[in-house]
Amino acid sequence: MPEIKELVKGLADKHGRNRESLLPILQGIVTEERFISDVAMAEVAKELDMSAALVYGTATFYSFLDTEPRGKYVIRLCKTITCDMKGKKQILKTIEDLLKIKVGETSKDKNFTLLETNCLGWCHKGPAMLINDQVFTELDEDKVTEIIDDYIRNI
Amino acid sequence: MANTVKLNIDGIDVSIDAGKTVLDAAKKLNIHIPTLCYHEDLCVAGNCRVCVVEQEGVKNLVASCAMPAQDGMVIHTNTHKVRNARRHVVELLLSEHNADCTKCYKNTRCELQDLAGEMVINEHMFLDLVPDKNYTIDMLSPAIIKDDSKCIRCQRCVRTCQELQHVSALGVAYKGEHMKISTFFEHSMYDVVCTNCGQCVIRCPTGALIEKNYLDDVWDAIYDEDKHVVVQTAPATRIALGEDLGMEAGSIVTGKMAAALRRLGFDSVLDTDFTADLTIMEEGTELLTRLKRALVDKDPTVKLPMTTSCSPGWIKFIEHMYPEYLENVSTCKSPQQMFGALAKTYYAQKKGIDPSKIVSVSIMPCTAKKFEANRPEMRDSGFQDVDMGLTTRELAVMIKQAGINFKELPDEKFDNLMGESSGAGVIFGATGGVMEAALRTVYEIVTGREVPFENLKITPVRGMEGVKEAAVKIENVLPAWSFLEGVELKTVVAHGLTNADKVMQAVKNGTADWHFIEIMACPGGCLGGGGQPIPTTPEIRKKRAEAIYREDEGMAIRKSHENPEIQQIYKEFLGEPLSDKSHWLLHTHYNARKRV
Repeated sequence: MPEIKELVKGLADKHGRNRESLLPILQGIVTEERFISDVAMAEVAKELDMSAALVYGTATFYSFLDTEPRGKYVIRLCKTITCDMKGKKQILKTIEDLLKIKVGETSKDKNFTLLETNCLGWCHKGPAMLINDQVFTELDEDKVTEIIDDYIRNI
Repeated sequence: MANTVKLNIDGIDVSIDAGKTVLDAAKKLNIHIPTLCYHEDLCVAGNCRVCVVEQEGVKNLVASCAMPAQDGMVIHTNTHKVRNARRHVVELLLSEHNADCTKCYKNTRCELQDLAGEMVINEHMFLDLVPDKNYTIDMLSPAIIKDDSKCIRCQRCVRTCQELQHVSALGVAYKGEHMKISTFFEHSMYDVVCTNCGQCVIRCPTGALIEKNYLDDVWDAIYDEDKHVVVQTAPATRIALGEDLGMEAGSIVTGKMAAALRRLGFDSVLDTDFTADLTIMEEGTELLTRLKRALVDKDPTVKLPMTTSCSPGWIKFIEHMYPEYLENVSTCKSPQQMFGALAKTYYAQKKGIDPSKIVSVSIMPCTAKKFEANRPEMRDSGFQDVDMGLTTRELAVMIKQAGINFKELPDEKFDNLMGESSGAGVIFGATGGVMEAALRTVYEIVTGREVPFENLKITPVRGMEGVKEAAVKIENVLPAWSFLEGVELKTVVAHGLTNADKVMQAVKNGTADWHFIEIMACPGGCLGGGGQPIPTTPEIRKKRAEAIYREDEGMAIRKSHENPEIQQIYKEFLGEPLSDKSHWLLHTHYNARKRV
């Protein structure tokens, strides 16, 4: 895993090697690798001279610090009550049908991961979802199909 | 002089130093407030809320362990609101806790159970969530069992591992209802950086972290007519065992312990203090040899400072954290393992017993000793040198199981051959003790005179300060040791792995010029070990230490090299310290491990 070692070292050079550097380093790993593996966490612990269990604790605390392999595009559909009442269930079914994956799964080609998330703060424009860092709101079946198709075409 | 504050608790005025908490003030008034996450040795967490009290003028209840005492405060500890809240807190904890108490190792010795008992919780108000939780139990380690179904997430273990031991093998993972105490990637305690010190075990308020017990194995061996069962008892067991059997902290029970072991049916009741003395002979000689190689031969490969190797928690710590310094560790096995190797060789030969029929049991203040006994390196006798390592607590359980009235037992002596010891062996159980014992012998070997401290009490290495330094100037040496003339022997003593880490950082940074380092993994040394009676507090550790030094002063022989059985074993079996036979049976090496 020389690449991970290099990546972690680079991130530590950039953000520092203190405790408060831990979060930006973990975020940096997610940006590059889309998830933080056990090897990466051990490397971070070594680089920052801290306990690996504490790195693991931090990584598992934050939903957006993925600790399992994810696809190139991570779709996070809001599961909280407002989006649910505005038709989130149908949106979910549409995405599942389009990508042939269930919630929590990653497509065979490793391009998409489908997850549910807690409130994104877009209740007034629900249902809402995130694809990586981009927000999509006021979704309906047609709109979500168009968005996903767009991503599939541009892979 | 610190400022004091005045407050009123349950109608009684009390003054206390500023900075102390409401809980401290209540203690001063002998008012008992229940606690769970609070522990005297650790930073305040304030997460369990069992210690809530009512403060006049404040709407919400406050956690007394975390609330600083302030001037003019009026506190009530026993109102309807307080009692209801505490009860709900305990009931909520129980709703997620596997409360099958009769099957629990901590049954009758559990803080949560005690609290539930005090509150007389007959019925459960909340839903039992245990069946819905995917709790796991980790039994892979030979030393410590971690059962998440018993965990109440008070995080005493997490704080212990981080603050006292600088290891953090345990951390908090996930959040909300999924929050759990976890190792790295939820690996087994056996596969992570855990040193097996057991400090978490003696602070866990429930049965979530316990020692792996070998009670049935020991009973089976005792009942097996075909087996010759020898038992050794570590220095720190004799000043703590009484606590688990209804006696005060600081009671010396050496004679009663020997009597109890004999009544339990052990075939030979022997003493680890004997091999503690032997350790001093080997380790002292090793230190002098290293000094000679460094000072006379100018050998650049010799590793100084040399560190002690008695504490298996420390050994595992350095294997994980400072593997580049493993050659600085004395090659001497710990007294437990020296004893084990000799029990199935020297002892077997002298007694004419087939070593394959010998079962070697140790009583230790320690959980790491269980791991050490199972190390693959520890089979030099041709068998597993120590078959089962029990904690002081397990011995207390056996004594109760056997129906022995411990307090009324007469004082008996250890059996001979490996049962004689000196005061130097006894003080191994306190932080600084190995250093003191070593100096008593090394100084005398080199100068022919007793170490220049009144009544052999080397006070600079005694006491509960985390890191203690002491220098001894060596003068007027015997001719054979002329290279040490005028040398100031610099030593340092650390207890608790956080302090060990400080010492190792100084060694690493090159800011230290010590020759000899004593490190004990547990706060206070073995007397505060992870296998000792629960609870542990600074006060209890102090009393145990006083008992150890009292025991030392009461011994006829105070120096390891004057122990007649030590002189006998060198004459009849080992030859001399660091002989080939010594190297074969009494010395070992350790391996680097990953820090995850």
